[in-house]
Amino acid sequence: MVVYSGAHALVEALKREKVEVIFGIPGGAIMPVYDVLKDSGIRHILARHEQSAAHMADGYARASGKVGVAMATSGPGTTNLVTGIANAYMDSIPVVAITGQVPTHQLGTDAFQETDALGIFNPITKYVFQPRRPTEIPYVVKAAFYLASTGRTGPVVIDVPKDVQVGEADMVFPDKVEIRGYVPSHPPDPSAIERTAEILLNAERPVILAGGGVIKSGSCDVMVALAEYLLIPVVTTLMGKGSIPENHPLAMGPIGMHGTYQANKLVMESDVILSLGVRFSDRSTMDVSEFTKERKIIHFDIDPTEIGKNVKPYHYVVGELRTAITMLYEAVKRRVRSKKESLWAKRAKQLKEEYDGRVFGINKELCSPNIVKKIREILPVNGIVTTEVGQNQMWASLYFKVLKPRTFITSGGLGTMGFGFPAAIGAKAAKPDVPVVDIAGDGSFLMTCNSLATSVTEGLPVVVCILNNSVLGMVAQWQRLFYQGRYSAVWLGPTPDFVQLAKAFKAEGVRVHSLEEFEKAFKEAIKSEVTTVIDIPISPEENVFPFVPVGESLKNMMVG
Amino acid sequence: MKGKESLRVFSLLVENKPGVLFRVSSHFRRRSYNIESIAVGPTENRDIARMVITMIADDETADSFVRLLRRTIDVIDVKKIKSEDAILRELAIVKIRASDVQTRDSILNLCNAFGARVLEITKNSVIVEITGTSSQIDNFISLASDYGVKEVSRTGVTALSRG
Ligand SMILES: Cc1ncc(C[n+]2csc(CCOP(=O)(O)OP(=O)(O)O)c2C)c(N)n1
Repeated sequence: MVVYSGAHALVEALKREKVEVIFGIPGGAIMPVYDVLKDSGIRHILARHEQSAAHMADGYARASGKVGVAMATSGPGTTNLVTGIANAYMDSIPVVAITGQVPTHQLGTDAFQETDALGIFNPITKYVFQPRRPTEIPYVVKAAFYLASTGRTGPVVIDVPKDVQVGEADMVFPDKVEIRGYVPSHPPDPSAIERTAEILLNAERPVILAGGGVIKSGSCDVMVALAEYLLIPVVTTLMGKGSIPENHPLAMGPIGMHGTYQANKLVMESDVILSLGVRFSDRSTMDVSEFTKERKIIHFDIDPTEIGKNVKPYHYVVGELRTAITMLYEAVKRRVRSKKESLWAKRAKQLKEEYDGRVFGINKELCSPNIVKKIREILPVNGIVTTEVGQNQMWASLYFKVLKPRTFITSGGLGTMGFGFPAAIGAKAAKPDVPVVDIAGDGSFLMTCNSLATSVTEGLPVVVCILNNSVLGMVAQWQRLFYQGRYSAVWLGPTPDFVQLAKAFKAEGVRVHSLEEFEKAFKEAIKSEVTTVIDIPISPEENVFPFVPVGESLKNMMVG
Repeated sequence: MKGKESLRVFSLLVENKPGVLFRVSSHFRRRSYNIESIAVGPTENRDIARMVITMIADDETADSFVRLLRRTIDVIDVKKIKSEDAILRELAIVKIRASDVQTRDSILNLCNAFGARVLEITKNSVIVEITGTSSQIDNFISLASDYGVKEVSRTGVTALSRG
């Protein structure tokens, strides 16, 4: 036992969790912690807005597989975190956010910079802790990391009243915690696995639908082995991009509103969908009754609340995904030999050959699909791409072939404009030796471009490629297609000058007018010691296709 | 598609600490389901409280709530209680209009029949306490309303499994 202040115990506990980096902004109610942090050896990266701090922690977690840590003061610091935490929650990303709080005797008095952290964060976190005594801190930190990083991962908030940071006490640091109401995962039921093997082997046209859970559980290799063994084509969700190398012959790309032509087509021709670690988002399935019609859905997930939430499965397995897929692979191997060929695999191959990488409805050389393809060409295999939200994101999803897990980072569930750039900085902090690129829209980038200051001063150089169409492009696309071209509040105009903006932050800025110029600028940018913003003016009128309108089946793709 | 709706009873063991009721009830609020009744109190172990929640729902919805409640970190255990496998009880306090002797006598008879206890008699009213199943209490209130029911306060269902 040692006598520590609460703040000291907090930092010590973070060190015991092997925290190396914290993204945050200090303020009155968290100053005792920042005081201890100064000499702690933990790197603090100063954000310029707490939303970005949370996105950085999120990007760090996605790139590394570790828990990302964000820190903020009470009141406005806490509320600024909300979007970032909600974003991490929707995509099940392990983030621990530590917020300052007014002293316990002032709780509920509308004290200066008081905000009800427990009330605000409850629906967008796995759990919120508010230690009321300094001695609780070591346990709370241990429990927060345990909850964030196990089971279905997700964000956890620790809200620490200031007097709890200041108070001193004998501290005991537990090696592990037990939370009696929390079971991270259940062992998969062997008979349900056997039944899955039966259904799968009796299928004529099976596909695997791989979601974010495959990446989070580290199951990519087993999943690909299973697919190869039975020659089952693999489609993914947006979050599952990268679970199979997208240049793999069986990889068809993502399904959904802006899925690839071949993936949407194939999934709707299938008779069995082996769905692994997905939550059947409405943007992936589109019209659910069409999606489930005429095919059997098998659902594997660690989280029992996902079973039947959006799609009623024909059969399901609840449990840790890697264990479950490995058991399935073994069960399959016991029953049949590896397949050499099948008509169905041929059909997939034919679709892929015909449609892979095809650009619909755009004929210019300098266009987003070509830029994205160029980025893939130049970026090393382990290079990381993040995206903003809107057309840029969908072009990235359609044309950037992810070759390794955790190298494609996008805001799937919340669709948060402004996520990509701070997430890229967070990813860079996790993987300093790897180039990190944010594929951006001009509207989104403006939301968090103040993170340029963080990127430059902290020496975390990333590359921002702005597909600059001078409009809120995705909204404009909907207005073009569904609102008779009545553009309402989408024109962003010629401001700002992104090159000047970058330079004002002491970053690099270049504007390119051809694919050739882009290639040159991009090659330099990924080697640069400083963040580079590449401004790429494109037409404001381009649409992303394929496009499945809301309410339609994945069969009904608009392609121009 | 909605299945057949009926009253569902969930019996939860939860951590007995601040914020837990909020966490539990949030699931219902967010999905726009009304909690019919909720009764909470400590168990034989002071650290653990029992929460009995009732709602009107179909099978599928009830099951989805069980899964959500099980996943809730402060919830230690969840049981979906079938009325035939459990003892379900509710308590109500009912203030009945009674300003003459005849009415009072008649109310006392009614109380006898239901095993209800008279708590207070004043010039204008009788206050009684009744314990029973929810439908017994419904029944009692409906009969008492012949005299005029001024106020009712019900605890909501609490329950223990049989055996
Ligand atoms: C924070 C936030 N606000 C609003 C939206 C709604 N929205 C979705 S896409 C989009 C346009 C994005 O514009 P831009 O970043 O320029 O990308 P583009 O679609 O042009 O590639 C908007 C406003 C959102 N997703 N997130």
